[in-house]
Amino acid sequence: MSESNVTPAEEPAAAPSGLTGVVSDWSGDKEAFHVPWGKAMMWIFLLSDTFIFTCFLTSYMNVRISTTVPWPNPSEVFALNIGGQHIPLILIAIMTMVLITSSGTMAMAVNYGYRRHRAYTAALMLITAGFGATFVGMQAFEWTKLITEGVRPWANPWGAPQFGSCFFMITGFHGLHVSAGVIYLSVVARRVWRGFYDQKGSYETVEITGLYWHFVDLVWVFIFAFFYLW
Amino acid sequence: MATTVGHMETATGHTQATAAHPKAEGQQHPIAIYLWIWALLFVFSTFSYLIDYFHLHGLLRWSLIITFMLLKAGFIVAIFMHMAWERLALKFAILVPPLVLLILILLMAIEGDYTFLTRLTAFLR
Repeated sequence: MSESNVTPAEEPAAAPSGLTGVVSDWSGDKEAFHVPWGKAMMWIFLLSDTFIFTCFLTSYMNVRISTTVPWPNPSEVFALNIGGQHIPLILIAIMTMVLITSSGTMAMAVNYGYRRHRAYTAALMLITAGFGATFVGMQAFEWTKLITEGVRPWANPWGAPQFGSCFFMITGFHGLHVSAGVIYLSVVARRVWRGFYDQKGSYETVEITGLYWHFVDLVWVFIFAFFYLW
Repeated sequence: MATTVGHMETATGHTQATAAHPKAEGQQHPIAIYLWIWALLFVFSTFSYLIDYFHLHGLLRWSLIITFMLLKAGFIVAIFMHMAWERLALKFAILVPPLVLLILILLMAIEGDYTFLTRLTAFLR
């Protein structure tokens, strides 16, 4: 048995101690998840974000159940007059559609990224960022409208004062996530455009960015159901 | 001789591990599936909006809202976020922990009801 083609294995080194030991123990060829590390980390971040948003929505549920004052009707609060017609909740419906559209373009971007289609990937990511910016703009409009109508975190003209604090907290935190996502998308799109991931040899960063963006859409699904449709 | 066999086993094991990592290829799926899910999300969102538009109330409203919400969330996570094609270890690590949140929601709902009743009795007194 000639082992000429067998590569010599490395000598098993003594386990290091201290901080180096921690690093080597946690990284020592004991990979649990067979995905790029960035993707695993993004999932874990999104998991922690899930807990944060659930805490917000749960506290909202709690104050809404426990208040003895009627809750303002979201269907009326978020209605708009378009062309002389009074349409309930229309702004939120449009915002939902914008965010879903952006999720679709993001999915396309990831797909084209893995096909190594640099221009399409960058363009689709920028379109996604554009829809995200549109969403934030509409949210700014919504906030302005409500603030001029007298909604404050401690009071509002229509009912339970907790409405304002829940509204600003939940939609504000979600809006921050969208804004951060727009910046994140723009940075990665620029790198795609410049061929950074072709040099790196992998477009997995585009998919990881996509995970974050789809999560933002996912959170909106729950906010839409519990805050606006309840 | 024994050590050589050991080395060869390590080498084979390593090759298998590499083969099990589709890292370079990533998640590549036909575009049609994304377009279908995209269309479905639009349909579900429109239905959700129509529930409010036609002023459905009570159990019907709630069951429909929750159904459409879970369908949308499920499709986003499974298809757009590629969870359907990930290995079971990752699915468990990410999808099981949020289930404990159901307990938090249940406890806070009970707590909210209790606070509501306490307030009512305080006002009635």
